[in-house]
Amino acid sequence: MTTTTAPADGAVAPRQHTPVRRPSLLRLTLVELRKLVDTRAGRWLLITIGLVTAVIVILQLIYANDADQTFVNFFTPSLLPVGVLLPVLGILSITSEWSQRTALTTYALVPRRERVVVAKLNAVMLTAVASVLTSLVVAAAGTLVASAIGGAGTWQLDGSLLLNAVILQVTGVLMGAAFGLLLLNPPLAIVGYLLLPTLWGVLGEMVKPLRGPSEWLDTSKTMEPLFSSDAVTGEQWGRMVVSLLVWMVLPLAAGLYRTLRREVS
Amino acid sequence: MISVENLTKRYGPHPAVDDVSFQCEPGTVTGFLGPNGAGKSTTMRMICGLTAPSAGRATVSGRPYRELPNPGREVGVLLDASAQHAGRTGREALTLSAYTMGLDRREVAAKLDLVGLNAVAAKRRVRAYSLGMRQRLGLAHALLGDPRVLILDEPANGLDPEGIFWMRGLLRDFADRGGTVLLSSHLLREVEAVADRLVVIGGGRIVAQGDKNELLAGGGTVVRARDDAALRRALERAGLSPADSSEGLLVQADAEAVGQAAADAGVALAELRPASGGGLEQLFLTLTAGESTKESVR
Repeated sequence: MTTTTAPADGAVAPRQHTPVRRPSLLRLTLVELRKLVDTRAGRWLLITIGLVTAVIVILQLIYANDADQTFVNFFTPSLLPVGVLLPVLGILSITSEWSQRTALTTYALVPRRERVVVAKLNAVMLTAVASVLTSLVVAAAGTLVASAIGGAGTWQLDGSLLLNAVILQVTGVLMGAAFGLLLLNPPLAIVGYLLLPTLWGVLGEMVKPLRGPSEWLDTSKTMEPLFSSDAVTGEQWGRMVVSLLVWMVLPLAAGLYRTLRREVS
Repeated sequence: MISVENLTKRYGPHPAVDDVSFQCEPGTVTGFLGPNGAGKSTTMRMICGLTAPSAGRATVSGRPYRELPNPGREVGVLLDASAQHAGRTGREALTLSAYTMGLDRREVAAKLDLVGLNAVAAKRRVRAYSLGMRQRLGLAHALLGDPRVLILDEPANGLDPEGIFWMRGLLRDFADRGGTVLLSSHLLREVEAVADRLVVIGGGRIVAQGDKNELLAGGGTVVRARDDAALRRALERAGLSPADSSEGLLVQADAEAVGQAAADAGVALAELRPASGGGLEQLFLTLTAGESTKESVR
């Protein structure tokens, strides 16, 4: 070792620095990605997402009709359970800073809090895209096995379905992150995220006057066309955008406002 | 260099911090003293941009904290040793920060070594750390970016006597090499050994501040002359023992005796006044007693 950074006698000396630059958004995003995997809880959440995908393909290999063992049929069903877990990842990425009180360190090192939030959103969006890639790879493996054991093993996949899958998972993880930003408390945000849209869906079914608005605001309904192989119509896109404005953009904006102003202690 | 100007924080009508101003100069250790709930932590959080002040401002190295491009390289902050992710290892907690600041990975090992956390401890999760180990980790974290300023809230909490002694040496050394240190405590004795200056806060307001020796002296007189060396000789000749303080010579005698001694020697005085503060310890005890009664009633 030719250079040591700390004096050998255990002393600390304040040094004169050359002007330091602020950390780039790329650097902050990489830090946030690392935070997703450097705890046991985070690692297991990601492993679970991967396992769920694999289990669904294996179940299909065992129980689905040979003719149905196609690439699309392996790929599509895995989107739903992963789509439930990803928002939880989004929620935890934001709220664990407050529940574990690491916000004190994080925001002392990066006082421009909006940059940390953007880095976190980047990190969870990248994870959502990676989950779609995992679904693709696992579906491909399933298709290979299927064609070897007598299933259909058809490879056809519409580009639009792939795009829809990415939209579904990315908006899902952002919705979770938005709830996390708004509520800043893990149990509250998870329950709120899971319960509120469902409650809204139930109300929409029960209360007649709400049925109309519910068509536009219930994300479980508006996002449904993304699963089908039929092309999404203009009106369906419209409903999706409106529901996402309410359940994603609005809480993101309000949550960002709250996070920027909140006292860190 | 830390500069605090008229910092105020109100929660509702109740001011937690009320018009607090002080400065910490390079090369000094400033002890920030006050009973629990006096506003020390709130003031420190405001300096670090974590709490927005209701009024006033604070700067570190001449800039508001939030405008520092890479604060960790300028200011080392330890506000709460327990505020670490319980599921991360000590090494991982430092690695994340080192990466955020753009530091070489080797800094992590160097600072862990410096605070006395060995390889086994570094690999354990923070959940398993004692409070003393968390304080050491927090100190390693504060020193990670080789800052010029340290802001430490109750860093001696949970350290054993050996640890406290070690930390004093570290902070003294840091200041002697030109660093600025602000450290808080609710125990006068704890900072007395290391601080050069004291800022005492009670009920959100500053009740005393100044040179430690001067504040701790039982009264006495501060005297200054254009020729301090001659004044010192004159005082010694008169049997008065002058001590150095930041504002002049401190003499344990009344102003009349000091003035007479100077006049006898023909030394012209620039200043002659009773030392401020005096019974700091008494003051501090009164503060602490008052506060704890208040807290128990709350």
